[in-house]
Amino acid sequence: MATSVFALEPLWLALLLQALAAVLLFLIGALVVGYLEHKVLAHMQDRLGPMEAIWHGIGQLPADGLKFLQKEDIIPTAADRWVFALAPAVAVVPGVVIIAVLPFGPGLWLTDLDAGIFFALAASGVTVLGTLMAGWSSANKFSLMGGLRGAAQLISYELPLVLAAAAIVIQAGTLSLPGIVEAQHGFTLFGVPMIYGVPHIIGLGLFFVAALAELSRPPFDMPIADSELIAGHMTEYTGMRYAFFMLSEYAGMVILSALATVLFLGGWYPWPGVGLPEGAAGMVLGFVITFAKILVLSAIMVWLRATFPRMREDQLQRLSWSVLIPLGLLNVVLVATAKVWF
Amino acid sequence: MSETLPQEGGVMLPGGPGEAMSVEIRDRSLVTQEMNLNIGPQHPATHGVLRVVIDLDGEVIVRARPVIGYMHRGFEKLAEVRDYRQIIALVNRHDWISAFCNELGVALAVERLMELEVPTRAQWIRVLMGEWNRILNHLMFIGSFGLELGAITPVFFSFREREDIQAFLESATGGRLHFTYCRVGGLKEDLPRGFLDASRQMAQTMRSRNDEYRQLLLGNEIFHARTKGVGALAPDVAIDYGVTGPTLHATGVAEDTRLTEPYCVYDQLDVSVPVGTNGDSYDRFVVLLDRIDASLDLIEQVHEGLPGGPVNLKMPKTVKAPKGAVYVRTENPLGQGGYYLVSDGGKTPWRMRMRTPSFSNIQMVPELLEGSLLSDMIAILGSVYFVVGDVDR
Repeated sequence: MATSVFALEPLWLALLLQALAAVLLFLIGALVVGYLEHKVLAHMQDRLGPMEAIWHGIGQLPADGLKFLQKEDIIPTAADRWVFALAPAVAVVPGVVIIAVLPFGPGLWLTDLDAGIFFALAASGVTVLGTLMAGWSSANKFSLMGGLRGAAQLISYELPLVLAAAAIVIQAGTLSLPGIVEAQHGFTLFGVPMIYGVPHIIGLGLFFVAALAELSRPPFDMPIADSELIAGHMTEYTGMRYAFFMLSEYAGMVILSALATVLFLGGWYPWPGVGLPEGAAGMVLGFVITFAKILVLSAIMVWLRATFPRMREDQLQRLSWSVLIPLGLLNVVLVATAKVWF
Repeated sequence: MSETLPQEGGVMLPGGPGEAMSVEIRDRSLVTQEMNLNIGPQHPATHGVLRVVIDLDGEVIVRARPVIGYMHRGFEKLAEVRDYRQIIALVNRHDWISAFCNELGVALAVERLMELEVPTRAQWIRVLMGEWNRILNHLMFIGSFGLELGAITPVFFSFREREDIQAFLESATGGRLHFTYCRVGGLKEDLPRGFLDASRQMAQTMRSRNDEYRQLLLGNEIFHARTKGVGALAPDVAIDYGVTGPTLHATGVAEDTRLTEPYCVYDQLDVSVPVGTNGDSYDRFVVLLDRIDASLDLIEQVHEGLPGGPVNLKMPKTVKAPKGAVYVRTENPLGQGGYYLVSDGGKTPWRMRMRTPSFSNIQMVPELLEGSLLSDMIAILGSVYFVVGDVDR
C-alpha cells in the first residue's frame, strides 16, 4: 500500500506542509461545495443564481468572505463573551482535524491512523459543542432552543452513523481509511468486482441520512430552522464569526461525503478492480475521481434541500430511534453473519 | 422572564448568562420552567409585523396571544376625507395582495347606494380580474407556506407564475400590485388588444403548473407528517369566530358570498367551492390549490361569455352618494370582505367601516396554537391565511 506523500524529512517540514494542506483542502472544499449549492439550487428553482462575480458567479463566495471580513463583530452585552467568541472556532476545528485522516487519492492523505474511521467520527461529534456553546452563550432564547435542538439531534444521529460505519469495518477488517479503500478494491460480490455500497445499501442509506442530520442539512435543519428560530444558534452572530459557521457547514458536507466515498463508493478507484497508473498521474486521477464522487454526493444533499420541507423535532427523534437505529443494528448483524458465512 | 419564575416545588435563581444557575429543588420531581417567548413583530415566520407572545413549556405552547396593531394605518379614517374616486386607490392598499377584490367591494357599495346599473361587460370583466387576483393571492400563500415548512422551492415556482399573471394584468390596469382598475360606475377603461389571448393562454399554463405544486408538496411524506392533523379547526369554532374564506372552507363549510349573495355576474356563472373535511393545515392548503382550479373554471367561463358594449357609465364630475347607509359583502381571496358605507350626501363617506377576513382569522389563532408544538405554530400561522395590513387596516 502507498505511503502518504507527506511522509517527508525533516519532520517540521512535513508538519508545516500537512497543516497547510489541511487548511487549504478545508477552504477549497467548502468553497467548491458552496458554489455547487448556489448554482444547483438556483437551477432547480428556475433561476440563475450568482452571475456577476467573475464568470458565472464563481467569485461569489470569496467576495462574500471579504464582505464578512469587513462587517462589525458584534458581541451582545448579555452574552458570555469568551464562550461566544470561541464557539465558531470550536465548530470549525473538527473539520480541519478530520481532513488529516481522509484519503483523497493514492498517497494523498496527511496521516494514516490505524483507527482512522473511529477518529473521524469522534472528531465530527465535537462540532456540536460549537453549536451548543453558541446557543448557550448568545443570551437569546431562540439561540438556546437552536443549540439544544442541535445537541439532541446529534445524540440521536451519531448512533446510526457509527453503526453504518461499523458494518463496513467488519466487512473490510480494518479501521484505517486507506485500508478500507484498498480492501474494497479487492472486494468481489459473487465474483464480480463491486463497491461496498451495493451489498451495504442499507448502510449507505443510513449513513447518508444520518450525515444530513449531523450537518443540520434539510430536511433535518431544525437547529437553524429559519422560519421558527430565525437562525438558531447563529442568530446573534455577525461578520467573520457567522461566516465560520457557514464554512463549517459546507466543509462538513465535503467531509461526510468524503467519508461516504471511502466507505461505500470505492474511494479513489473508479471501480473496484480497476487500477490507477503509478506515480503522479495516478495521484491526480485519484484526486479527481475522489472529488467527483464527493461532489455527486453533495449535489444530492442540495437536491434534497430543494425538494424537502423540514421535519419536526419529535418526528426526527422518532425516525432515528425507532427506524434508523434498529435498522443499523440489523445491518451489523447481517453483515457479521455474511462475513462469517462466506 | 422574572414574572414566571416562582414555581411550585423549586426555586431557580438565574445568574447572568454563563454563570451557573443556583438551583434548589425542594421536592425531587422534575421542575420545568415556562419560558415566555416573544415572536415578532419582526420574525421570519409571521410574514408581516404580527407579534405573537407565547408561553412555552419545553417546545409545547401553553398560552398564545397575538398582538396586532403594528401596521395600523387608519384607512377607515383616511377614507372619510377622500372622495369616492380616491378611496378606490386607498382600499387596494390594506390587503396588498388582493387589491382588485378590495376595490370592487367599495365600488359596489357606492354603486348600490347611488342605485347605478353598471354595464354588463364591466361586470364580466370585474369577475375576470377578481378571479385572477384571487389566483395571485393564493399563489403567494402557496409559496410562503412551503417556505415556512422549510421547503424553499415552491416560492420560486409560485412567484414565477405571479410574475406572468401580473405582466398581462399590468397591460390592462397599469399596476402590478395596486391595480386601481375599478371605478364607481364601471372600470378605468376596456381591456387592451391581446389581453384575452394572454389570459386564455395563462389559464392553460396555470392548470399544469397547479399540478406541479401538487406533486412537489402533496407528494411529499414529510409535508404530510408536518401538516396532517396539525391545527385542526372545528366548524362551529370557526363560525363562532367569524372565520371565512379558505380557512372556513377547509372545515367543510361551503359558505361563499359568491353563492349565497351573488354580486357582479356570479349568479350567471357556475361557481364551485372546494371544501375540506378535517380543517387541519393540510386541508387548508389543499383547499387553496383547489380554489385555483375553481377560479380558472370561472375565468374560462368569462372567456366564453364576455359580452361586448361599454365598460363605463357616464358619471358626473364629482360623485356624490345620496344620504343613507349600505352594507356590501364580497368574497375576497382570504374570506369575506364587508363594506359598511354611511353617507351624509357629500362627496366623501361619513363613515366607512371595513370588515376584513384576516382580522377574524387571526383572532381564532390562539384556539389552535395552545397545546401545539412550537414547530407546529409555523404550520398553523402559515395556513391560517392572513395579511397583517388586512388585520390592522
